[in-house]
Amino acid sequence: MHPKRKQKLILVGLMVGAVAVAAGFILTAFKSNIQLFFTPTEVAEGKVPEGAEFKVGGLVAANSVKRVGDGLTVEFALTDNGQTIPVRYTGILPDLFREGQGTVSVGKLDENGVFVADRVLAKHDENYMPPEVAEALNKTKAVQQAKTQPYGADTVQMQ
Amino acid sequence: MTEFLSMGGYAVYVWPSFALTALVTLANLYFALHRRKKVVARLQREASQSAT
Amino acid sequence: MFRWFHKLASTRNFYRLAEILAPWLAILCAILLGVGLFQGLFVAPTDYEQGESYRIIFVHVPSAWLSLFIYMTMAFCSLLVIVWKMKLADIVAEVSAPVGASFTFLALATGSLWGKPMWGTWWEWDARLTSELILLFIYIGYMALRASIDNPATRARASAILALVGVVNIPIIKFSVDWWNTLHQPASIMKFDKPSIHPTMLQPLLLCALGFTVFYFVVMLLNTRSLILERESKSSWVQERAAEGRL
Repeated sequence: MHPKRKQKLILVGLMVGAVAVAAGFILTAFKSNIQLFFTPTEVAEGKVPEGAEFKVGGLVAANSVKRVGDGLTVEFALTDNGQTIPVRYTGILPDLFREGQGTVSVGKLDENGVFVADRVLAKHDENYMPPEVAEALNKTKAVQQAKTQPYGADTVQMQ
Repeated sequence: MTEFLSMGGYAVYVWPSFALTALVTLANLYFALHRRKKVVARLQREASQSAT
Repeated sequence: MFRWFHKLASTRNFYRLAEILAPWLAILCAILLGVGLFQGLFVAPTDYEQGESYRIIFVHVPSAWLSLFIYMTMAFCSLLVIVWKMKLADIVAEVSAPVGASFTFLALATGSLWGKPMWGTWWEWDARLTSELILLFIYIGYMALRASIDNPATRARASAILALVGVVNIPIIKFSVDWWNTLHQPASIMKFDKPSIHPTMLQPLLLCALGFTVFYFVVMLLNTRSLILERESKSSWVQERAAEGRL
C-alpha cells in the first residue's frame, strides 16, 4: 500500500480508537445514570436516592398480587430472586403485567419501606413462540424442575 | 376478516406501524424516481439545445 | 488485486453496473417483501405472551437493522473517502444518509407503537432507546454538515470524519441491552445462542429484513446514478449518453 494511504489508515484507526476510549470512559463514569432502574437488592442496600423518585425493576413475585380497597389499587412484591420489596400502585396496569413477569415501577419509598409507584411498566423477554409451543415447553420445564430443584431458580433473569 | 383487522385488540398499534412503514418506504422510492426524472430531463434538454 | 476495485470505483462503470443491477434487485425486493409481509401477517402464529401486537416485529426489526446497516455502509464508504479519496464512495455515503435517517425514524416510531401496549409507555429513556435516538441525530447532523459545506473536497472529508466518529455509537446500540438494565429486552436473533424466536416467526422476519435491505440497495443505486449525473453532467461520457438519449 502507498505509504501515505497507510498513514491515513492508521490515523483513522487511531481517531476511532480514541473516540471509542473516550466514550468508554464517559459511559463507565455515568454507568449508574444509564441504568434504567435499581434492583430490589440495591434498594435493600440503601443505594437509592432518598426522598426522590426513582425506578425499581424486578420480577413480580408469584402469588403476591393483591387488589386492595377500591379495586384500582394493587399491591405486589417485586423480587430479583435475592431481595424482595413491597410495591403499591393505583392505576391501570399494562397488558403484560402478571406474576413472574418482569416489571419496572416508577415512584418513591414511603416511611414504611413500601415502594409507592405512580407508574408501572411491563418488561417482556426476547422469546417469541406460538402458545402451544410455550405450553409444551412449560410442561417439560415443570417436570425438570420438579426433578432437580424445588424453587425453579432458572426463571427469567433480571440484570 | 374483521377478526384479522382487529389484530386481537391491538389494531390501533399494529396498523399504524405498517402504514408508517409503507409511507416511509414509498416516500424513499418516490423521491429516488423523481430525482432521476428531473436530472435526466435537464440533461436531455441541454443535449438537444447544444445539438441545434 | 485492486484492478476490479478500480474499475468499480469509476463512476462511469458504476453507473452502467447500477443500471443493470437495479431492476433485478427491485424484483427480488418485491418478492421478498411480498412473501415476508404476507407470512408475517397471515401465516405466522400468534405470540404466547404478546398476542397479535408482536406482528409489529416484522416492520420494527427490519427498520432497526437497516438503521445500523446503512450507517455501517456509510462508515465504510467514509473510510474509502479518507484513505483512497474515492469519489464514488462519497456519492454512496451522501445518498445513503437520508434513507438511513428515515429508517431510524421508523424504528423509533414503530418501537413506540409497540411499547405503548406492551410496556405501558410510548417512550422511556433507557439505553437502547436513547442510543437509537442519538443515531437519528447523527444522521441529521451528517446531512446538515454536508449541506453547509460548498467545497466538494472539504465536504467529502469533513463528513467522512463525522461518520467515522459516529461509528462508536453502533456497538453501543447493539450491546446496550446487555451492558445496562433497560426496558428493552435483549437480542432475539443476532446472538451467539440459537435465536429465541420460533422458526415459524423467524422465517417471515428474515424475509422482511432481507427484503428491506435489498430495498435500500435499490434506492441507493437509483440515487447514486442520479447524483453521478448531477455531479458529472459536464463530462464527455454523460454528454455522449445524453445526446444518444440513453441516460
